[in-house]
Amino acid sequence: MPDSAFLEAFGLIATANADLYEILWLSVQVSITALLISVFLGFPIGTTLAILDFRGKNLCTTLLNALMGLPPVVVGLLVYLALSRSGPFGVLGLLYTPTAMVIAQVVLITPIIAALTYQVMDDLHREYRELFLSLNIQLPKAISTYLWDARYSLITTVLAGFGRAISEVGAVMIVGGNIDHLTRVMTTAIALETSKGELAIALALGVVLLTLALIVNGLVTAVRTRARKYGYT
Amino acid sequence: MTLKETLRTISIALFIPLGSTLAVADSIIVQSTTSTKNSGLYDHILPIVKEDTGITVNVVAVGTGQAIKNAQRCDGDVLLVHAKSSEEKFVAQGFGIKRSDLMYNDFVIVGPNNDPARIQGSKDVSKSLSAIVSNRALFVSRGDDSGTHKAELRLWQASGIDPASASGSWYRETGSGMGATLNTAVGMGAYAMTDRATWIKFGNKGDFKIHVEGDTRLFNQYGVILVNPKNCPNVKSSAGQQFIDWLLSDRGQSIIGSYQVNGKQLFFPNAN
Repeated sequence: MPDSAFLEAFGLIATANADLYEILWLSVQVSITALLISVFLGFPIGTTLAILDFRGKNLCTTLLNALMGLPPVVVGLLVYLALSRSGPFGVLGLLYTPTAMVIAQVVLITPIIAALTYQVMDDLHREYRELFLSLNIQLPKAISTYLWDARYSLITTVLAGFGRAISEVGAVMIVGGNIDHLTRVMTTAIALETSKGELAIALALGVVLLTLALIVNGLVTAVRTRARKYGYT
Repeated sequence: MTLKETLRTISIALFIPLGSTLAVADSIIVQSTTSTKNSGLYDHILPIVKEDTGITVNVVAVGTGQAIKNAQRCDGDVLLVHAKSSEEKFVAQGFGIKRSDLMYNDFVIVGPNNDPARIQGSKDVSKSLSAIVSNRALFVSRGDDSGTHKAELRLWQASGIDPASASGSWYRETGSGMGATLNTAVGMGAYAMTDRATWIKFGNKGDFKIHVEGDTRLFNQYGVILVNPKNCPNVKSSAGQQFIDWLLSDRGQSIIGSYQVNGKQLFFPNAN
């Protein structure tokens, strides 16, 4: 079975299967869009939590860490109920669209980005706050220094978010509906082929998805190595 | 290109296609049972529907029970399922306009080649189910309130057997779609009941084959209903009705009847 799956995967890629590229491209679009929004939300949330001292901070960070384990199916169900025509945001008509999938993924990934950002920034803040205080360095300058200093850890954070987004199936299946040529992505296509008993095709799609993840991570590693080499670390 | 410009270009490239898919003019959502999708029927008819009527039909394939609930929540324009009494209830409660018979096929009981319950060739469902129980053979059920699950429960009841009491021992409810349930059955060498269309198209049969078929109680009727716009103002009733009219027309019916897999007809049109 694995042998034929690899053959199938190469076949799909080599023949430039139009359906495959459509599905793959939608997967990338949805995940990257969700990732950008999540980074936009998650970095400030994590950083704020790390820098500010307030009552209930421990509760907030515990909650945030727990949200990293949000079950996708539950998120899918909540977003479905919210976007359903009879739900509070039903008038927007967003259910069964790529936008609905982006929303579900943002809910899933933002806590991951925020919690990991918090961890990174908290460590730096603990280490440098007194030094910066003694040098009379203002908070905005301190934060930008932290961000620059932590850029590689933050890239890993973003990659973790991307990994979760591109591999997720439970939520996008419910809110997207796995509609052909509209909301079908790699993971829901894999689920569909499995349910049709077409295990070789399903596995082939899995190989393609894995390859995509490898390429993305490979690119990031390459950028990192290059930056190190030229002394930008 | 500066970094800022690059980012802007990327974000525009990403967002435009996402936005454009929202504004498809004549498209409807069909809440459908899985068998019509997994069997490839929609791939066969929807391009022709598009050509004839200009309507893009988006299919959400879930179990019949879930499809009905989704339609009750107004998340679909047309309902295409196979559980007649539930469908009639759906219409009677005002959620749907009118139910029409669309097509039929039949259920079959499949199982491993070694046939531990010795039911191969039987045309009597009740006797076969009793034999499965008395031989303590395994049976995998959908367990998901789907049309097939409801039909299966009716057959157990007609045979005077209460499988729920054996749930977890010889009676195993997957709570999943037909395909996933068949994968499970093949994996554990258990009997399962499936609609014939899904079975013929199913790609992971292993050494499984059809053991029981031909009992009139295995009849499987599909119906189609327009979701009631009075209840759900968002329903695209004219496009939805146009799709239903097409399905029930002579042309639609003959195209449904012409769908074959491995030389076998999967659905038999029977609109009035």
